[in-house]
Amino acid sequence: MITRAARRRAFNGVFVVLCSIATVIALSALVMILWTLLSKGVGGIDGMIFTHDQPAPGSPGGLRNAIVGSLIMCGVGMGIALVIGILAGTWLAEYGAGTKYGHVVRFFNDVLISAPSILIGLFVYELLVAPFHGFSGWAGGVALAFLATPIVVRTTEDILTLQPSALREAGMALGASRAFVIRRIIWKAARTGLLTAGLLGFARISGETAPLLFTSLGNQFYNHSLSQPMASLPTTIFQFALSAYDDWQRLAWVGALLIAVAVLFINIVGRVLARETHRP
Amino acid sequence: MATTELASPRGAPPGHATGEIVFRFACASAATLLLVALAGVVISLFVGGLPAFRTFGIGFLTSTTWNPVTEVYGAAGPIAGTLITAFLSLLIALPLALGVSVFLVEFCPVKLSRPIAIAVELLAGIPSIVYGMWGLFVLAPWFAAHVQLPIVMSVTPGSWLDRFFAGTPNGANIFTASLILAVMILPYMAAVFRELFLTVPPQVREAAYGLGCTPFEVIKAVVIPYVRRGMIGVIMLGLGRALGETMAVTFIIGNAHGFPHSLFDSGSTIASTVANEFAEATTEMHTSALIALGFLLFVITFVVLAIARLLLREAKH
Repeated sequence: MITRAARRRAFNGVFVVLCSIATVIALSALVMILWTLLSKGVGGIDGMIFTHDQPAPGSPGGLRNAIVGSLIMCGVGMGIALVIGILAGTWLAEYGAGTKYGHVVRFFNDVLISAPSILIGLFVYELLVAPFHGFSGWAGGVALAFLATPIVVRTTEDILTLQPSALREAGMALGASRAFVIRRIIWKAARTGLLTAGLLGFARISGETAPLLFTSLGNQFYNHSLSQPMASLPTTIFQFALSAYDDWQRLAWVGALLIAVAVLFINIVGRVLARETHRP
Repeated sequence: MATTELASPRGAPPGHATGEIVFRFACASAATLLLVALAGVVISLFVGGLPAFRTFGIGFLTSTTWNPVTEVYGAAGPIAGTLITAFLSLLIALPLALGVSVFLVEFCPVKLSRPIAIAVELLAGIPSIVYGMWGLFVLAPWFAAHVQLPIVMSVTPGSWLDRFFAGTPNGANIFTASLILAVMILPYMAAVFRELFLTVPPQVREAAYGLGCTPFEVIKAVVIPYVRRGMIGVIMLGLGRALGETMAVTFIIGNAHGFPHSLFDSGSTIASTVANEFAEATTEMHTSALIALGFLLFVITFVVLAIARLLLREAKH
């Protein structure tokens, strides 16, 4: 019996050690990536990053056109995604809960959340680029909207389902219509949650590269017309990182750092807000 | 469910009922739009890829020739690259993700467990292009100098080992691409595994401890059986992500169209091929072949993700 107990304890010891090693390996890989990002990116940040456009190789410059392009297209994408996502999420939580159609929509929305983003790019190319014979900021924005919407839908539904049904009953008892209750009471009670939904969607699309490669294409000049090809941080990073020029590669690291910091920041804000809503 | 008679009593403003109908219709159409979007993806990819499917038939799937100059397209190379990198990365990431999540749920001091869990979740949100750049500038050169070169130098030419490890020692190959993919899906899988393990009721776990089980036995005999379906779901989600990941792979796989002949051979995936060539494709057949590739990728990931979601939904009930 003693040997058996000892063997069990030994097995367990090995298991604990293996799990700890796995954690150490995983964390150190991730720390290494962040460290590389910081050490290569921070040095390149200067005043010109935000005030100058991308340079020709060998001359000084910044990333202004890419940053502005990214902001504009993410704005367009989020505008579309918030309207459709919140409405669809509301339908799932309030009207479609428990119906067969509701299950179908929820299932395909979940599939859409993890669908490869490059396929969304191909789809939007067929939808908006090929018929109109030109890459454009609009196409990029719409592609991003397709990526953000499923996330907004999912989060909205989760948040609205959490709202106490007493709220709905109280509103209806006062004679308000269902639509009125949802818009003026439920949405209001869930407004931080809805903001979180938007932030999570925004964090997801702000680093997306693949769907922009053949929708907005990229643009080496400053441009805020959505009907023209538009630069974006991820596509510029992609182009610069694969180039043979040191200064372009340095700018690519700065861009990567900016995106990573922005995404981390948005995610943290969303997380803090979400925690506050869950607190009774 | 409240009935509409209750919701619009007598005396309510006349606009009320119309407002209700309009709002409800708007919500329902937004939900329907999601299905339309998904259908649109399938149809547009299929229609766009049709010329390539028609011209090359089954050879599109089996041929390894991908030549934009002679306009002959066979996708066996990218398809194989996609499947090999995805499964290899899963093979690397799965044990690590399981280890991390078990460590966080069972062994880690509570004070440390929350910060690590949050850090892991935040890392899962880092854009893939960042991972790709790290792969290109840090992992590939290091791997070439410290792993690939010594291995290539030490194996006898012509042996089976040589065939297994053959390739240009520049660090851009199937294996490093899988490594980067693994690093990328690892935080994601670890975070979802942890959530899944936390759904096991504490009573069940405590009962097992009460019987004298060691933590290893609790995990093996109680926790894992309890969430088995969900675990397969998470694995499929990770696989789905690895299959469709574009940027992290494009940087480092070497972008060769042929069928990869060894672990250290450069190759390509469906996503990397599309990302590299689509904007530059000038002929209709080239464009169509790339869209046809996209359609194949859609079918593969759709099946994987659908299975994942079905299993995860059952796990939740």
